[in-house]
Amino acid sequence: MTQIEQDKNAPDTVMSDYNFAYLDEQTKRMIRRAILKSLAIPGYQVPFASREMPMPYGWGTGGVQVSAAVLTPDDTLKVIDQGADDTTNAVSIRRFFEKTAGVAVTEATAEASIIQTRHRIPEAELREDQVLVYQVPIPEPLRFLEPSEVETRKMHELEEYGLMHVKLYEDIAQHGAIATAYAYPVKVEGRYVMDPSPIPKFDNPKLEMAAIQLFGAGREQRIYALPPYTQVVSLDFEDYPFEASKADHLCGLCGAEDSYLDELIVDDEGGRLFMCSDTDYCVARQAAGHRGSDAAPTLEGVA
Amino acid sequence: MQRPSLTGGFRDAPKDAAFAFRAVMNTMAKPGEINSVTGAEPPAGLSIAAGVVLLTLCDPETPVYLAPRFDLPEVRDWITFHTGAPFVAASAAHFALGTWGELPLGDFPVGSAAYPDRSATLIVEVDDLRSEGATLSGPGIKDSAALSLPDRAAIQQNAALFPRGLDFIFTCGDRLAALPRSTKVS
Repeated sequence: MTQIEQDKNAPDTVMSDYNFAYLDEQTKRMIRRAILKSLAIPGYQVPFASREMPMPYGWGTGGVQVSAAVLTPDDTLKVIDQGADDTTNAVSIRRFFEKTAGVAVTEATAEASIIQTRHRIPEAELREDQVLVYQVPIPEPLRFLEPSEVETRKMHELEEYGLMHVKLYEDIAQHGAIATAYAYPVKVEGRYVMDPSPIPKFDNPKLEMAAIQLFGAGREQRIYALPPYTQVVSLDFEDYPFEASKADHLCGLCGAEDSYLDELIVDDEGGRLFMCSDTDYCVARQAAGHRGSDAAPTLEGVA
Repeated sequence: MQRPSLTGGFRDAPKDAAFAFRAVMNTMAKPGEINSVTGAEPPAGLSIAAGVVLLTLCDPETPVYLAPRFDLPEVRDWITFHTGAPFVAASAAHFALGTWGELPLGDFPVGSAAYPDRSATLIVEVDDLRSEGATLSGPGIKDSAALSLPDRAAIQQNAALFPRGLDFIFTCGDRLAALPRSTKVS
């Protein structure tokens, strides 16, 4: 067996050549100071000196840096990508911190003390002792409306958010409804308009939660935060109120009617399957005996 | 030869600092919550909690202001050896250390409207830290919380500057609490 194969077969080995949680202490202090300021000014994007990480931009370098600055040896880490624990991005980040920080990992939402997420909020309600870390691609909610950082900073400074309402109005004028389905803009404590990262708007009402929420954008070098119970209002109009929407189906595997669903094409004849995007939620429901219309038949009574 | 400035730092810096930061972060995220911290043994009447906060957050990039009572050679030596932070006047400080009465509140940077994060964090040594007294509400607080505060009026003035303003970390023995500018005090 070659050296490489041996290493591949021993992923749980903790690396001792790196500092705890990979980043050096001075970098962590810089990130930690940015996190404290972001908690003191909810919704405001604090610039930070984002580092090169051993993964490409777009793979969660911002979230990874925030997690590295927040992790303690006693933590239990959960990582999800679009709700799933078992996708490449989630598995590799989880393994990264297993190796460099030696922390315990889990797929169960309730057992995790830190949850790093890409584009979803878990279905299970989070507690005060949990921290939710978001991976953010474009932190500036106004960026696609105004490309200049100088201008968008001025807009935040003057609380001039008319442009965002014009965008939502144009949605209504063109489509008859607010067509924005993800990264739906919110206003935090009546002051800053914030991009909640590309979570589906189904998740927006959950942004007012008991856990601490930290948002890290590595390429764009911004950290922002929502302390527990912070007021978060999805932007809308009186006659076109915000609506948290999801596919109008039940989960095909666990039968859940309250969870956000992924649509899967299962054959080339138009067959499709709707299933929970939150894999832990779905698996836990199936383990509790819930069955959807597309679930595999149980083996009970066969053996 | 006795060199007290060389001792009293974190024994295992990465892990001690990680635990300390989580305690500080939780207090900043949940104003009114009081947490205990360990790991520092600072000199000359500095509380353990103030020492831990300095070790966790300060380094050569963060100028520190010392109020007169703490502007002593042994305190300066200890902070310099363990963090490398430079000492400056209040107007240039990122962090400040002192008792409430000695800190010149009006002199610290409160950030600008464009960059409200460029403001000082004040480490305030208090004799008494309890979950009673002033009523707190705002981000991080479910309904309301209570915290013993030295001066309600000055803190209300600071909160009125939002999003600009100072952030406070109150330290007492090995315990600490925080009060960000976003908290409304009554």
